[in-house]
Amino acid sequence: MEISANTQAIAYLISAVLFILALKGLTHPASARRGNYLGMIGMGIAIVATLLGNEVRSYGFIIAGVAAGAVIGSVLAARVQMTAMPQLVAALHSFVGMAAVLVAIGTYLNHDAAGTLNPVMMGELSAGIIIGAITFSGSVVAFAKLQGLVSGAPVKFKGQHLLNAAMAVATVLLGIHFGMTESMASLVLMTLLAFVLGFTLIIPIGGADMPVIISMLNSYSGWAAAATGFTLGNLLLIIVGALVGFSGAILSFIMCRAMNRSIINVVFGGFGSESGGEMSAAGQAAQKGVKSASVDDAIYWMEDANKVIIVPGYGMAVAQAQHALKEMMELLEARGVEVKFAIHPVAGRMPGHMNVLLAEADIPYDHVLEMDEVNPEFPTADVTLVVGANDVVNPAAKSDSSSPIYGMPILDAAKSRQVYFLKRSMSPGYSGVDNLLFYQDNTSLIFGDAKDTIEGMVSALKGGGH
Amino acid sequence: MPDTLVALYVFVLACFIGYWVIWGVTPSLHTPLVALTNAISGIIIIGALLVTGLESAGAAAELFGFVAVLLASINVFGGFLVTNRMLAMFKKKDK
Repeated sequence: MEISANTQAIAYLISAVLFILALKGLTHPASARRGNYLGMIGMGIAIVATLLGNEVRSYGFIIAGVAAGAVIGSVLAARVQMTAMPQLVAALHSFVGMAAVLVAIGTYLNHDAAGTLNPVMMGELSAGIIIGAITFSGSVVAFAKLQGLVSGAPVKFKGQHLLNAAMAVATVLLGIHFGMTESMASLVLMTLLAFVLGFTLIIPIGGADMPVIISMLNSYSGWAAAATGFTLGNLLLIIVGALVGFSGAILSFIMCRAMNRSIINVVFGGFGSESGGEMSAAGQAAQKGVKSASVDDAIYWMEDANKVIIVPGYGMAVAQAQHALKEMMELLEARGVEVKFAIHPVAGRMPGHMNVLLAEADIPYDHVLEMDEVNPEFPTADVTLVVGANDVVNPAAKSDSSSPIYGMPILDAAKSRQVYFLKRSMSPGYSGVDNLLFYQDNTSLIFGDAKDTIEGMVSALKGGGH
Repeated sequence: MPDTLVALYVFVLACFIGYWVIWGVTPSLHTPLVALTNAISGIIIIGALLVTGLESAGAAAELFGFVAVLLASINVFGGFLVTNRMLAMFKKKDK
């Protein structure tokens, strides 16, 4: 069976609409799964319509590629740990980037052989290769940092930005030269330089800025698909590329806003590198010392509380403490305590990371509140339990204009009656800023591994409490 | 209107759709959003199919195309399935 170009175009249109509805489904957890299924159907329609079109004639390589990809993809999806989701996503972004590069080169080879190259197409090809290559190597660096293969610390050297800018300009110039002269050498050089650029752009960015980087690379992978769409004159690729590109761009914006930093600052500025000359408010407060507490102290306050708010952060993910938290939540609820979870937009290593981990532990999503919803509730909370979060509850963001995190929206944990921090050590958060909340009169720190501490709380509650 | 201009029209309008649809996504589903957009950016598989399946494609183009098909289908299958796995975990309070 073979379908006409018009039938194929209609099929692509249907598939584009299904993709839009798929994204629309994510408006609410209740409609999200249906949305995902619509996305799968859209993808199925697009692939079948392409295979049935008159351009695809040989199927050997295609069947082999799809079969192998299906097996690898399914195994990855089934096996990945929820805490490793940022790594998986980074890896998948790199695949889209590499696929875009390969498709562009393959298209060049096919058109070169047929003698149908033209300058517009070569310009579009170059765009696809450049964006794809940057997406690929940038995602590889992000993956390596998330997986701990390389240090998450920012790698910086003098003249770095100048070097990157020079390489970017050179890459574009090579693309233009290729478009005008069909020079193979320029094409190869441009491709290699774009790969290098991806590395050097992401390597200076610290591990804790990963939510922004993941979103940015998500966006790039969309633009890479759109550029491929322009090259091939395929409107479906263009539509999907624009949707994905904007999705990533909006997420980057939301993440930056939640840190009160500009995207320029995240991409080019190191964080926590400057040190204030004078002693800051945090430094003065440090002289007051901090109070430490035991598990029993915290239980004493929590078991009779009306409301307990839990603030999870990346430390919860590292300690895998979400399941213990769920058990504690149930024990507290059985005693009539209202338990809520407060999520800061940049908690974790990717957007929405905490929500997925809490969902994994079977914590109902109506217990999990976003920053704007939960902030009015802190003044009426008897206890706030901070599990592996730090900067996102630091009142210095509001009160200390000399602090690097000044102006960042925070969770108002400081306003609750009692605050308990679960911490492994006194080290500051990723911003390198001391947390003023540690020194507040109603704050105590419980030192130790988050999971062990919470399990301790669970057994204390099971044993009848204090 | 030349094809490239039509493509540009579609691109710009699709950007607006993307803008409005994505702002509607609830923050609690941002990780599934990244995974789902990842899956649908696997649509690049269409480009890979067109390169690989061309009757006159040379050996080099076929090889590049094959690897592209492989990578893109890992994205498609991996992306949709992992999104589904995550979304299945988001539950309301039962009982």
